[in-house]
Amino acid sequence: MKLSSRHLLQLEGVPKKDLELILDSAVSFREILDRPIKKVPPLRGKTVVNVFYEPSTRTRISFDLAEKRLSADTISFSASASSVKKGESLKDTVRNIEAMKIDMVVVRHRSPGVPYYLTQCLDANIINAGDGTHEHPTQGLLDIFTIRQKYKRIKGLRVLLVGDIKHSRVARSNIWGLKTLGASVAICGPTTLLPYEAERFGIDIYTDINEAMEGVDVVNILRIQLERQKAGLFPSQREYTNLFGISRERLKRLNKNFTIMHPGPMNRGVEITNDVADGPASVILDQVTNGQAVRMAVLYLLSGVDERDSSEDSE
Amino acid sequence: MKFDLLIINGKLIDPAFGFSKKGDIGIKDGKIEKIYAPGKLTPKVISTFPKESILDANGAVVTPGLVDIHVHLREPGREDEETVVSGCESAAAGGFTSLCCMPNTQPAIDNQETVKFVTSLAENADCRVYCIGAITKNREGKELSEIGDLVKAGIVAISDDGDYVQNPDLMRRALEYARMFDLPVITHAEDEFLAAGGVMNESFQSTKLGMPGTPAVAEEIAVIRDIKLAGLTDSRLHVAHVSTVGGVEAIRRGKAEGVKVTAEAAPHHFTLTDDLIAERFDTNLRVNPPLRTEADRQAIIEGLIDGTIDCIATDHAPHTEEEKDTVFDEAPPGIIGLETSLGLAITELVGKGYLSLPDMLAKMSANPAHIMGLTSNKLQEGEIADLTIFNPDAAWIVKEKKFKSKCKNSPFVERKLKGKILVTIMNGRVTFRAK
Ligand SMILES: [Zn+2]
Ligand SMILES: [Zn+2]
Repeated sequence: MKLSSRHLLQLEGVPKKDLELILDSAVSFREILDRPIKKVPPLRGKTVVNVFYEPSTRTRISFDLAEKRLSADTISFSASASSVKKGESLKDTVRNIEAMKIDMVVVRHRSPGVPYYLTQCLDANIINAGDGTHEHPTQGLLDIFTIRQKYKRIKGLRVLLVGDIKHSRVARSNIWGLKTLGASVAICGPTTLLPYEAERFGIDIYTDINEAMEGVDVVNILRIQLERQKAGLFPSQREYTNLFGISRERLKRLNKNFTIMHPGPMNRGVEITNDVADGPASVILDQVTNGQAVRMAVLYLLSGVDERDSSEDSE
Repeated sequence: MKFDLLIINGKLIDPAFGFSKKGDIGIKDGKIEKIYAPGKLTPKVISTFPKESILDANGAVVTPGLVDIHVHLREPGREDEETVVSGCESAAAGGFTSLCCMPNTQPAIDNQETVKFVTSLAENADCRVYCIGAITKNREGKELSEIGDLVKAGIVAISDDGDYVQNPDLMRRALEYARMFDLPVITHAEDEFLAAGGVMNESFQSTKLGMPGTPAVAEEIAVIRDIKLAGLTDSRLHVAHVSTVGGVEAIRRGKAEGVKVTAEAAPHHFTLTDDLIAERFDTNLRVNPPLRTEADRQAIIEGLIDGTIDCIATDHAPHTEEEKDTVFDEAPPGIIGLETSLGLAITELVGKGYLSLPDMLAKMSANPAHIMGLTSNKLQEGEIADLTIFNPDAAWIVKEKKFKSKCKNSPFVERKLKGKILVTIMNGRVTFRAK
């Protein structure tokens, strides 16, 4: 089995069979993480570069560990310590790295479309680790994996995303992936943080959190950034918490056996209370562990190492 | 009679005078010396002319030279992007014989010296160049430029293009003051607060891509304000590159109410929509105002048909490959347009049955010339010989290498267009000839 693309740029448009292949492969990598020795050889001899133009300790560590556990050689490159400040173009920077003979690039950048742009400049396999407010496909996949782990299915589940949808790459990847796999998706947040014409995703839109939570299986709570308040998108953190914060009282409306998710880092007491974050329905730490398994699966599948046929230009 | 140039067998179309007929034209000393009815100039007479002075326009249209009233020549300041000379070469290749250049140069065209500088560079260039002066000093939107001085130096309009005059009182004064000179004030209609940070149209496409969007109302509100001010001051307002349903509607209403408002649309706005951006994140799809939705595109075509939009102008905005070879939101907005304008107008407007060929030509020559008060541009004996000869049926493919502009930033590269420029004549001189 093989993915239909040699890059992972987004979840929009990724066919169901590809999503399922990644999720199924991640199951076996997840088992490896429970072994005493967590390292396997598939990417031995391959070099993966993590290019992070935006600080993100979590995603970077997760990718780095996933690569190491597959026995790849890894280099990390972060913008703060690099030539970016000297005005070197993104293309030159990455081409320089590629000239060092690398196989895969994991990229995080503040501009939407950067991973696509790199596919035009480089021969390496490109993995999007977050491009602006566009998509964060491995986060979407790990969220979906975590849901599937618990319910053994995605189809028919009702998933609610709460918070700043407009500026969330996590939300976009979740929406595309979940919809492709047959879940019904809803979003809820202040109208100023909902994207324009969001109904065209084919999802339900709420501004009343109590209404939104009715009959929901999974609540994925997104991080609220204080800058949005400064930009005038909501009046105060206090008001946000009153209107959209997820506290224990609000959980009553959810379906039995509900799940609480958060991609992190959490603002405790703002979008989520302690008792919810640490409660029995929370899978927030599982998401972190599963993130590694999913990233191992993606790296493994994109590298094409298992293929007898080395011509892998099937875009 | 000895002519410098003899154009034979052409189909002569002058949209301003509404004629379309066969005929031959004799050009002498930069003027249209004689127009012959078919058969009046016999093959025997023709044979007395040297071959190099005869242009056989068989199957082609001969029309008054095209006029583009919205061009960025980039000189002074960004000669790496375009110069007056290279911009004029590009214009000639697109069939243009006159253009108006925007004042957002470095320094800005806000003083006589810069007008004279640009005009002197254009003296021997392949296109007539008219300068548009800045509305405000250094285009800062704070104080009026010395508009009277600029008029003396020969400007044909004022504009802070690239920026909207955000202060409504200052815009009111600009319109009032310009009325003294019967000068059109060109507005780049974009409310800066609503548009802030936007890199594409605000739509489902921007939602999907997570790109900050510029809402259509940023243009609509700006157009409505300026039309109100033009009505108040009884002055001439010209709306540059209208791109939205609401913008077109506001102009239609303004005209109906008797406000002296005219408008232009750019070929890319009646050809492309923002749906394309997701396909390739192509930075040549980043323009300002941005590519809008299909409904907006249709509204522009509707506006061109019913006369709400008076003319087609390219907003030719060269940017170097280095500037455009980056990610979408970091690339400067703007594309070149001079060499694809006629082809797009024929393909998208005439070819799809929206406009007749003469009506389309009126929007690319007579109307823009009239808005700017330019005098050349008539297919009549005794007039200046500014002529465009093109084959409306010939198909061609836009090739990056063939652009005469210094920059190649066009989203239309490799696109098949109908309508090919064969010869451009400015002041009786051939400024472009297709190979
Ligand atoms: Zn403009
Ligand atoms: Zn312009």
